[in-house]
Amino acid sequence: MPTVVRAGLRRARIELRQQIMTPMALFVLLGPAVMLAVLYWLRDSPLMESALSVGQFLVPAYLAFGIISGGVLGVSGEITTERDDGTLLRAKTVPHAMTGHLFAKFFVSIVTTLLPMTVIIVGASFLVDGVTPTTTWGWIRLLLLSVLTIAAMLPLGAVLGSIFKGPIALLWTTMVIYGLCAVSGLFYPITALPVWLQWIAQVFPVYWLGLGFRSVILPAEAVVLEIGESWRTWETFGMLGLWVVIGLVLAPIALRRMSRRQSGSALASARERVLTRGY
Amino acid sequence: MTPTPPAIQTRHLQMQYGATRVLDDVTVTIGRGEVVALLGPNGAGKTTTIEILEGFRVPSGGEVTVLGETPHTAGEHWRARVGVVLQSWRDHGKWRVGEFLDYLGMYYADYATPDVQRPWPTTDLIERVGLGGKTLRRLDRLSGGERRRLDVAVGLLGRPEVLFLDEPTAGFDPQARRDFHELVRSLSDLDTTILLTTHDLTEAELLANRLLVLAGGSIVADGSPDDLRHRMSATASVRYRRDGQLHTESTEDPVSHLREAFAEPGVIQDLEVRRASLEEAYLTLVHQVETGADTDPASFGILPDELPDEREGA
Ligand SMILES: Nc1ncnc2c1ncn2[C@@H]1O[C@H](COP(=O)(O)OP(=O)(O)OP(=O)(O)O)[C@@H](O)[C@H]1O
Ligand SMILES: [Mg+2]
Repeated sequence: MPTVVRAGLRRARIELRQQIMTPMALFVLLGPAVMLAVLYWLRDSPLMESALSVGQFLVPAYLAFGIISGGVLGVSGEITTERDDGTLLRAKTVPHAMTGHLFAKFFVSIVTTLLPMTVIIVGASFLVDGVTPTTTWGWIRLLLLSVLTIAAMLPLGAVLGSIFKGPIALLWTTMVIYGLCAVSGLFYPITALPVWLQWIAQVFPVYWLGLGFRSVILPAEAVVLEIGESWRTWETFGMLGLWVVIGLVLAPIALRRMSRRQSGSALASARERVLTRGY
Repeated sequence: MTPTPPAIQTRHLQMQYGATRVLDDVTVTIGRGEVVALLGPNGAGKTTTIEILEGFRVPSGGEVTVLGETPHTAGEHWRARVGVVLQSWRDHGKWRVGEFLDYLGMYYADYATPDVQRPWPTTDLIERVGLGGKTLRRLDRLSGGERRRLDVAVGLLGRPEVLFLDEPTAGFDPQARRDFHELVRSLSDLDTTILLTTHDLTEAELLANRLLVLAGGSIVADGSPDDLRHRMSATASVRYRRDGQLHTESTEDPVSHLREAFAEPGVIQDLEVRRASLEEAYLTLVHQVETGADTDPASFGILPDELPDEREGA
């Protein structure tokens, strides 16, 4: 194994251990716990005129939301912090350490996004009826979809994290993402939204990954709630694939641009900002 | 075989931030194995110069090479030969001293040669920088001085050919300072080229065989500590009490000054004659540059009593 990959794995192990040792680790489980409680509570409420329950409809929404928040918000937040505290600059002073650092980030994010997802899907399968794939092929598609979504989300997180500056930027990123989730029909059927909003939603990956998870998890008759009453499987994979490519092209550019600007004085001014403004 | 390039070479180096020009014309050559101290007042551009040499900033003009390559375009192989201690760090707060050095050390393993073991074995390094017994300490629990020692350790991890140290001893207690000086001296025995900045002139004199003074955007003095002293100041300060009244004088000829003093009536007590220190010479020089004056430094008549104590704030 090349040195960078070994070093990246070592870093990932250390970072994961650090995350598990902190009280924050409980949040990783707290989120899914709250979601499971909501699912249980809404397991019998009918969703509009469909045969689905609200709880059922929310399972794929939570899975999609978990990947989005873990991937985009997690990575962009970390990159902002690491830029301001000198972690990235440190990596620049050591040969190949930047590459190793990104490897580590990738490994860590996969674990930290898949873990809560696993909790949700296992928990939901006990609490709510009809929320797990029923065939092996269904499970394989769920796994493929998860990997594809993570691959689409991580680079976008890196791009957003390196474009914006400071934790206020994180707030912006959060609002953009939540806004997208709201218009993408993640938490209620998109067909209930005005048509022009539906068109906007279909440009962004959030809609497609929500659709993907619904198609894998919900029973076949749920398709009536979708645009054109179709799961559009190929379009889903196509659009998510396109966003993977967009992310992979943009991320190195944004990261390189950001890391080029890293220097001791940039750090000093970031510290100054924290001292005087408190963020 | 091509001759080995100098460790560091700059020609007409310029750096501009927006409309402010920080470096105007920095031209300097530093040979292999030299230990050089870069001095200059706050904001003179020391950090800027060092970060250009480290490849973290692109100069606005001029040429710069370190180990024969242009720093900001050089690759990872070059990076492995250069050690960096920046002016301030606060990264990796949750990591432990030992695991942090072990992790970063991994990246240097590919650069080991039959002669040079890389990385520097962590336990030995921790001992050398005086962090023995703190291997398991979290970085954010280290004191300011301990943190600085760790930064120095990271700079040394790959046994660099050129080592940049930006105010390495800021926040060190006297013992740590002495340990650090020993460490630097042992490094220069290993033929490491070292460029360091400091505000402590005693330290500069102790460590470096060559001083560079950066002021007004260019190098205004370049030489051994003795050169600087002699060039800047032939004066001595004479101080005594006659019948209880204090007299202080700075003069180029203390002997005849004293002869006159003794010739006058009165009891002379507490007599003190001091040669100009490096610090005085340095301050005179910087003052000259800042005021644009080109007069004889002795005419400034700066006396030790009136000098702001720069070492305090360093
Ligand atoms: N990124 C930047 N943008 C604008 N101005 C800058 C930037 N970095 C440094 N400066 C300015 O350039 C000048 C030189 O800064 P530099 O940090 O190199 O000084 P220094 O000699 O290291 O000072 P000190 O002794 O305080 O460390 C200062 O006036 C500083 O404000
Ligand atoms: Mg500085």
